[in-house]
Amino acid sequence: MAEMTYADAAVLALQQEMQRDPRVWALGEDIGPDGGIAGQYRGLQLEFGPQRIVDTPISESTMMGAAVGAAVCGTRPVVDLRYADFGMCATDEIVNQAAKIRYMFNGQARVPLVARQAIGIRKGIAAQHSQSTEAWWVHVPGLVVVAPATPSDNHGLLKASIRSDDPVIYLEHKELWPVRGEVNPDADPIQIGSAETVTKGNDITIVTWSSMRYTCIDAARKLQEFDVAAEVIDLRTLWPWDQERVLESVARTGRLLIVHEAVRVGGFGAEIAAEVGEALWRNLRGPIRRIAGPRSPVPYSQPLEDLFRISSDQVSDTAAEMVRSAAA
Amino acid sequence: MQEPSASEQSSATDKTETNGSPEAWVPHSNEVVRIVEMFRTMHLIRAFDHAAARAWHEGRVRGSVHQYIGEEAIAVGVCANLRRVDYLASYHRGHGHAIAKGADVTRMMKELFGRADGTCGGKGGSMHIADFSVGMIGANGVVADGVTIAVGAAQAVKLLGEDKMVAAFFGDGAINRGPLMEALNWAAVYKLPVLFVCEDNGYAATVRTASVTAGPGIVARALSFGLRAETVDGNDVIAVDKMAEKLVGHIRAGEGPALLHATAHRWYGHYAHDKNLYRDPAELVRDRADDPIAGCSKWLVENGVAAEELKAIGLEAEAMIDGALTASDASPWPAPQAAFTDIQDAGAMSWQK
Repeated sequence: MAEMTYADAAVLALQQEMQRDPRVWALGEDIGPDGGIAGQYRGLQLEFGPQRIVDTPISESTMMGAAVGAAVCGTRPVVDLRYADFGMCATDEIVNQAAKIRYMFNGQARVPLVARQAIGIRKGIAAQHSQSTEAWWVHVPGLVVVAPATPSDNHGLLKASIRSDDPVIYLEHKELWPVRGEVNPDADPIQIGSAETVTKGNDITIVTWSSMRYTCIDAARKLQEFDVAAEVIDLRTLWPWDQERVLESVARTGRLLIVHEAVRVGGFGAEIAAEVGEALWRNLRGPIRRIAGPRSPVPYSQPLEDLFRISSDQVSDTAAEMVRSAAA
Repeated sequence: MQEPSASEQSSATDKTETNGSPEAWVPHSNEVVRIVEMFRTMHLIRAFDHAAARAWHEGRVRGSVHQYIGEEAIAVGVCANLRRVDYLASYHRGHGHAIAKGADVTRMMKELFGRADGTCGGKGGSMHIADFSVGMIGANGVVADGVTIAVGAAQAVKLLGEDKMVAAFFGDGAINRGPLMEALNWAAVYKLPVLFVCEDNGYAATVRTASVTAGPGIVARALSFGLRAETVDGNDVIAVDKMAEKLVGHIRAGEGPALLHATAHRWYGHYAHDKNLYRDPAELVRDRADDPIAGCSKWLVENGVAAEELKAIGLEAEAMIDGALTASDASPWPAPQAAFTDIQDAGAMSWQK
């Protein structure tokens, strides 16, 4: 085991996959000598050269289009789109090409690529650099959507995503880059679609992902003080999502709270709530609830931005209220 | 065209014997044989697209059918210089590119008919024909998207150290999409083995491209990115072949990407349900005077090929397409589960929810 940051865990995963498979390469802005906006490619160009760690022009459409072409012609590209907000400049190539080629061409080709695009609010970077777009991608048939929260998951899931024959939208959270944690460099890739039960409990299930994992762990700790045992599940992968684990937990607790930073309206929490409601309405001891972002652009000014951050108090208060008010 | 040299005239090939009609026993030069083959492929494309449009009007083919009739010389002249292993990325008007690259016309017609044994199992249709077995990596329903895919294919070729090149076809309507400009720059920056082929029929769907395009056009744009770029009469298959040979030579020599701007005429509407009413009837008549098949036929007759042989080639192409239509009608529909396969590995079958 080694302690490292979330960013370094990604470097390690990519390095290991590039050593393992000469068909793996990466392209994007600033990933060469600069090593990526958060150091998530640091040192890789020195080891693998500019042919495999390719600094590109600011041409998102072609970054993605080229990745699609390179993927159907025998390589496994990792595209860095910087922020999810810029991933939108490549939406056509992701949605109309990467996601559909295997299907339209009846399986003649697969599109094994990873599109990395960081999500989330971070220190006043405002409306065009702070969005969490996971629900957009989950809606598109053909795509896998991954959102790791820990260094260990960033390592194991990036490896799994690179080895996947599906196009993977890989959403790291900007505020998690410096987070430190234990990583086993020799660990097997984490299976795509498997969630992690972070804390065990029988009173309420809290489903979350990405940076909200930490908020929810904090909330679970506070809830313990009130003798409420919360089961926090970090989905890690949003498509496919680990329905089995969530349904098993909610069947046991009878209560479900979903927490995500992305806008609540049409957010992925709504999908989870609907699925769980349809499957388990007889077991529910109260309404399923969501804590998520307002349907508003993210503002710049600190006191305003703070209004968009979900606190662990909000989560623990809501969870405690759900447990108190629920039918026995 | 130059007269064939004495040495060429004496080098008859097997092809003449296997493909020619009995009247054509007089040995043809290599050049004539090559042009006869191009003539044959142009006929096949034309017969295919006439049949496809007919089948569309009869309701046997659904969706959109974009006919390539009038532009056959471009695909054929360019593909005469490609090998099977080379890649070709196409666009919505893509039947001609697939046929010229060697795709099977019967399977293509079955694809248009939505049948299980179509090129893409009936899941793609006219605008999404791909045949990876001949390097045809896809037609495309989004204007200019095939071009960005093509530069990535070239990047894969380079990374894998393969001896291949990529041809990216697009129409003149695509020259005003940003991704095309990005891709030209990209190909030049990384010195990729790509031949960009702009098929300029003067129309972006129903709009005169000139009326919405500033500046001198695609050649100037390509030159400004440092590509080699040439214009050719896209009605003249021999000229296209010669120019493509030059540019392909440049690309295969590792000297970077090139662009071929080929002017031609779109005889019919943007797609089968477009009646072309926005065009001057006189213009349509003039267009047909430039018929690439008639032009090629004339050259071949002047160079010693019997008119009967050429006529037989045309009839043969039509018979082949008639056979494709009959086979398509008789082909099975895809099984219902085909609708839900090849979506993705992870989370497969979750569509059922």
